Amino acid sequence: MTINVILEGVISFLLIAGGIFVFIGSLGMTHLRDFYMRLHGPTKATTLGIGCILLASMLYFWGAQGKPDIQEILITLFLFITAPVSAHLLAKTGLHLQLPHVDKTQGRPSELRDEEIGDKPVPHPDQGHG
Amino acid sequence: MLAIALKISLALVILALLLNVYRLTVGPSLPDRLLALDTMYVNSIALIVMMGLWLNTKTYFESALLIAMLGFISTVAVCKYLLRGDIIE
Repeated sequence: MTINVILEGVISFLLIAGGIFVFIGSLGMTHLRDFYMRLHGPTKATTLGIGCILLASMLYFWGAQGKPDIQEILITLFLFITAPVSAHLLAKTGLHLQLPHVDKTQGRPSELRDEEIGDKPVPHPDQGHG
Repeated sequence: MLAIALKISLALVILALLLNVYRLTVGPSLPDRLLALDTMYVNSIALIVMMGLWLNTKTYFESALLIAMLGFISTVAVCKYLLRGDIIE
């Protein structure tokens, strides 16, 4: 009896925490002013929120059916592995397309050398075609 | 208690999906829309999991796993296309 009440409280807390984290992540993605700022919301808050919701679902079905199941752990692990990869690729895409950013966003694409800007060719140090 | 928490959480996730739709339609650049889509599939996984909790069934977890895998693959494919102009080089 009491264990069921405690489990229900834990599941409810995890559900509400997950919903709040997902909402904050999407609110940050909508509200911030810059693509590089907007990238923060979904990659951290939403991933944590979906982890909370999947943990709540796993606890619920563990309590209801009496045996643990690893399907939700599978989804959680997959999301925790793939979310940083897609965020890294999105940041690289934004830097490649040279999206505009506000002044507070520091840093610039440092790997662009002079000959990659394409204004005038810079001679290669070894061959010197120019 | 669990039903009330489930309703609150469903409302928050639906509001998050509406915010994603706003960013998907308004988003000034292509990576913004791509980020909105990437967030939308994560939120739809949350919605599907909570629908499984609501209906007290485990039928929909395979669809959630499929959405996770296909969403990641599609995000990587579109990012590679925007970065290199080609997906498989």
